[in-house]
Amino acid sequence: MTQPVLSVRDLRVEFVTRRGILKAIDGISFDIGKGEVLGVVGESGAGKSVTGSAVVGLIDPPGRIAGGEIWLSGMRIDNLPPEEMRRVRGKRIGMIFQDPLTSLNPLYRVSEQLIETIRTHTNLSASGARKRAIDLLAEVGIPAPERRIDSYPHEFSGGMRQRVVIALALCAEPELIIADEPTTALDVSVQAQIISLLKRLGREHGTAIMLVTHDMGVIAETADRVAVMYAGRIAEIGPVRDVVQNPLHPYAKGLMGAIPSLESDANRLVQIPGSMPRLSAIPPGCPFNPRCPYVFDRCRVERPEPIQHSEHRVACHLYDQSPVRSEAVA
Amino acid sequence: MTERSYVEVKDLRRVFDVSKPWLNRVLEGGEKQYLKAVDGVSFSIAKGETFALVGESGSGKSTVARMVVGLLPPSGGEVVIDGVSMSSKAALAERQRLRRRIQMIFQDPYASLNPRWQVDRIVAEPIRAFRLIESEKEIVARVGELLSLVGLHPADGGKYPHEFSGGQRQRIAIARALASNAEFIVCDEPTSALDVSVQAQILNLMRDLQDRLGLTYLFISHNLAVVRHMASRIGVMYLGRIVEISNGRELFAQPKHPYTRMLLDAVPDVGMTGRQRIPVSGEIPNPINPPSGCTFNPRCPFANERCRAEIPPLLGGVACHAIHEGRLSVDAAA
Repeated sequence: MTQPVLSVRDLRVEFVTRRGILKAIDGISFDIGKGEVLGVVGESGAGKSVTGSAVVGLIDPPGRIAGGEIWLSGMRIDNLPPEEMRRVRGKRIGMIFQDPLTSLNPLYRVSEQLIETIRTHTNLSASGARKRAIDLLAEVGIPAPERRIDSYPHEFSGGMRQRVVIALALCAEPELIIADEPTTALDVSVQAQIISLLKRLGREHGTAIMLVTHDMGVIAETADRVAVMYAGRIAEIGPVRDVVQNPLHPYAKGLMGAIPSLESDANRLVQIPGSMPRLSAIPPGCPFNPRCPYVFDRCRVERPEPIQHSEHRVACHLYDQSPVRSEAVA
Repeated sequence: MTERSYVEVKDLRRVFDVSKPWLNRVLEGGEKQYLKAVDGVSFSIAKGETFALVGESGSGKSTVARMVVGLLPPSGGEVVIDGVSMSSKAALAERQRLRRRIQMIFQDPYASLNPRWQVDRIVAEPIRAFRLIESEKEIVARVGELLSLVGLHPADGGKYPHEFSGGQRQRIAIARALASNAEFIVCDEPTSALDVSVQAQILNLMRDLQDRLGLTYLFISHNLAVVRHMASRIGVMYLGRIVEISNGRELFAQPKHPYTRMLLDAVPDVGMTGRQRIPVSGEIPNPINPPSGCTFNPRCPFANERCRAEIPPLLGGVACHAIHEGRLSVDAAA
């Protein structure tokens, strides 16, 4: 297999608080290949956004990366000094956040923001950078980019603003784009446009995309593989079609059943009792055990490690056939 | 209509004045500007039914909700609930009696509960405000009963809202809405701020309560799948007007209006049926200067001269010239 663009190994992120250490991310591992879209789903507090922030090195104190490794195309990036990380970020990793209005500076024209970013990461001249900025805006589907480029962010609608943010992320042709809830603030009709834009860009540029969202529908439409997160761990990871249609982990099963669908005629939605534990009170063993309908004694004491099961990797004792725990690392 | 409808909304209109201040208008020039947030919306809801309004942001669905509960005075038209017009001056006493039976659940359970009040006081507020129960002891009992009804523990009454998760807070909001024995509940995006598994709990709870207490819901949402799950009849709103109104199954199986078709196509599909999406073009135009004629005409693939000039009336559950003229067949829905 060729080298993955992003490789995360046993990542741990902690937040030090007065009441003790909170484990926001507790040992997760995954890879994203060239041109691949990895969807990361989970509910609030599952650690999806923290994972994204850890990869780009934007965990602010009191948070800290407590262990594990992050590799970008064969280069370890989790222990880089801040100055070097700053060059990696933006140049090699692009970012798209949920709210396009907060990712753009309201006081500067879009042209200034784009040109500044382009010139920081490439050695284009001012006029070359402007030309490139116009090309980028055209590529993300902004009509009449040579006129629109000198507008201020507030002059764009929400969907257009998100396109500007995507253009900004593409400035330096990064190898990896981290998109954190890129369509959550948008209406469905606009959301569909942004999703197909992201898919096309990934395909054409071979960019690896880590798509963080709580919307299973968006993942199903966009991602190649999906990781379902729960309480700072990956419960299940696998090809998107398998995980959506045939989830193995009880949490993933519950999550899929809880989504009202346009096709099914279920009278009642599947209901997972309770809610995600607080980080200060993650139960021992499997973090899902108090809500799990299939819980047995082992779940309450021993933490399940990810096990390869057909094409999925699932962290659940139900699928552990061997009496001796096998260390499955894929 | 065979059955008398419980809620009747007739030609409801709301205009907001969005002009610049007077001094700016005088100095810089410029006309007064008005935004027609709701422009002639009519529908009726039978008792015990769930009627949903769906639409994208800016379509005016929340403005309708606020006018129906009386939080916002309409600029035109009227709301009749159980035979009493909410805008007539005469029926003041009757209107006040009716108020008790109408409640609202808001989108953000973090903003709709007073953070300084304990939960039992929040839930008891409607009881005290309407003087439904006089004895304090009975109020406590009733609050406990309401909290159990929505799946919380009576002892939770002594806590503050911040001690609860989003889903639990929404349960508190539902308990408060039920405290005055409400019959008609307007729910404005009640689960939009919640995670899917919690959303499923709240939607199930709302349906259970409807079955048990015979509640009537006006359900506002932008999420088509949620609306399909909850509502028996659905109105699709676009720029302040209802463009299509039909019963739930039919709307999803056979959407008529081009906007409804587009909206259904745009919903990401968890079922992964491999259905090819029709690319959607454009965005909702600025409601201050809406397009003339049918407001959907700039995005509509079937628009012609008449669509650009004349507002289509809502006939046979759909407001579209192309369908009325037979240019667009109803079965051709993809």
